[in-house]
Amino acid sequence: MGKITLRNVVKRFGDAEVIPPLDLDIENGEFVVFVGPSGCGKSTLLRLIAGLEDTSDGVISIDGLDATDTPPAKRGLAMVFQSYALYPHMTVRKNIAFPLKMAGLSPEAAAKKVEAAAKVLNLTAYLDRKPGQLSGGQRQRVAIGRAIVREPKAFLFDEPLSNLDAALRVNMRLEISELHQTLKTTMVYVTHDQVEAMTMADKIVVLNAGRIEQVGSPLTLYNRPANLFVAGFIGSPKMNFVTGAEAEAHGAPTIGIRPEHIDLSAQNGDWQGKVGVSEHLGSDTFLHVHVPEVGVVTVRAGGEVAARHGDTVWLTLQADRIHRFGPDGKAL
Amino acid sequence: MATKASRTAARAMVSPAVILLLGWMIVPLAMTLYFSFLRYNLLNPTQGGFAGFDNYYYFLTNPAFFQALTNTLTLVLGVLVITVFGGIGLALLLDQPIWGQGVVRVLVIAPFFVMPTVSALVWKNMFMNPVNGMFAHMAKAMGLQPYDFLAHAPLASIIVIVAWQWLPFSTLILLTALQSLDREQQEAAEMDGASVFNRFVYLTVPHLTRAVTVVILIQTIFLLSVFAEILVTTNGGPGTASTNISYLVYAQSLLNYDVGGGSAGGIIAVILANIVAFFVMRMIGKNLDA
Repeated sequence: MGKITLRNVVKRFGDAEVIPPLDLDIENGEFVVFVGPSGCGKSTLLRLIAGLEDTSDGVISIDGLDATDTPPAKRGLAMVFQSYALYPHMTVRKNIAFPLKMAGLSPEAAAKKVEAAAKVLNLTAYLDRKPGQLSGGQRQRVAIGRAIVREPKAFLFDEPLSNLDAALRVNMRLEISELHQTLKTTMVYVTHDQVEAMTMADKIVVLNAGRIEQVGSPLTLYNRPANLFVAGFIGSPKMNFVTGAEAEAHGAPTIGIRPEHIDLSAQNGDWQGKVGVSEHLGSDTFLHVHVPEVGVVTVRAGGEVAARHGDTVWLTLQADRIHRFGPDGKAL
Repeated sequence: MATKASRTAARAMVSPAVILLLGWMIVPLAMTLYFSFLRYNLLNPTQGGFAGFDNYYYFLTNPAFFQALTNTLTLVLGVLVITVFGGIGLALLLDQPIWGQGVVRVLVIAPFFVMPTVSALVWKNMFMNPVNGMFAHMAKAMGLQPYDFLAHAPLASIIVIVAWQWLPFSTLILLTALQSLDREQQEAAEMDGASVFNRFVYLTVPHLTRAVTVVILIQTIFLLSVFAEILVTTNGGPGTASTNISYLVYAQSLLNYDVGGGSAGGIIAVILANIVAFFVMRMIGKNLDA
């Protein structure tokens, strides 16, 4: 079981209110990702759930029990830190066994659990090494192993992949998703990378300046962003926003259109523009098109598009994919 | 430092300093070694010539020698125990966020800036004096007989004085080590269910081993040659109760005017220091490897 509920949770550092009153439900077995720009309070929120920070106000309950003032160790949650926080003088085996030892488990029972966890994480060959002799990915797995053996109600991940190189990050992303499928335990994952959020989450919580902007499945956020912030944050490359006369023509003060929802043509279309920089990724080409009266519009085209700098192109918006936003930034 | 020319130039530039330092060390050592084999007594200038190993024989069979040896080791060990454990305790306290942290830290470091002779005299006259000392006043206030520390427990008193001087040093080194302890590791241990005590045993202590090693090595070097504190407080006495090797060398050469015997003692002290250094490195040197 691992249902976490936050009710009116507030966090203040001195006079600064970093998290205004906030409500959130995390269901049992869910993979929830907190995503937002740096400084949006997502790590603080995770640390509040973990119990590493005191809540200034409000109630955090785990499995229906009020855990607001419960010390971290008693909450039954396990955390994987950004720096992995492995104990440098202990071997991998001792690192993974540490929480079991602290819980007073017999050495034999602990050894059995460590072996099992090491097998799941492909760490068996490294059990007698020290963290200093491991690569980044292996350290990450040890940190996860230390969390797994406790059989927690929920896992908390604090930007666990940000110290890895790009290729390894993709691998570990898959491994963590696999792990979630096998364990079916609640996972709360903090990241600033919207790609990680989109690929891993059952439910994404988009945070901005401590406030929850929108909660929903990845595709809900992609298809129906609640406001300009979510629309701009989710999706890569970023959604194009247009204001002024062109927007009014579509019946809203601001409209948004994703680069992949614009059709490119060499002959005719809604907007005429000149190609600026074009980024060739092989599978796709991102064109930055300068459209008079509108501005720079990013367009996603096929990999074979041969548009060059200075070429004139026509753009057509897919009418059913246009997002309309009111004057307050909320979606209409 | 890549090319052959730059390496040669670097060697040429560095050599004057190296040669100067080497000479500074070699010349006194060679002269001491030379004197230690001579009959050289200032009270008896007519008697001279080569003495063979006589000086060493007399120094080693001097009844005071064995006592001085044990005193030296007791002094080193006693001060190390007090400063390491006291240093860890003080560092843990100073690491806490307290009001007036800066002032408190300066106060803690202050004893290190007091000259050994001065601090030993302050201890002797203001604290341990059986008539006017603070401790005597405190004892009298409670109706107790004042205790003459330097007469009845001379070595222990000197250990306390020297430990008081060196405590700031170990505190400072251990405090900086404590401050470099990773916060996330502490939090991870907290989530893993480790109590404050367990976090100290399993995280803080292993983290401090290297700093403790540095403290032990550096202090051992200086504590083997404690001299000023003994000279101004007990003069090595009563009898030889607080004489260590370096004080014995002083007594031999400058109180008995026996330059040859003193030199032999000096060479023995050098050998002794190397033996101690060897064992200390064997015991704790591996902590310094990364």
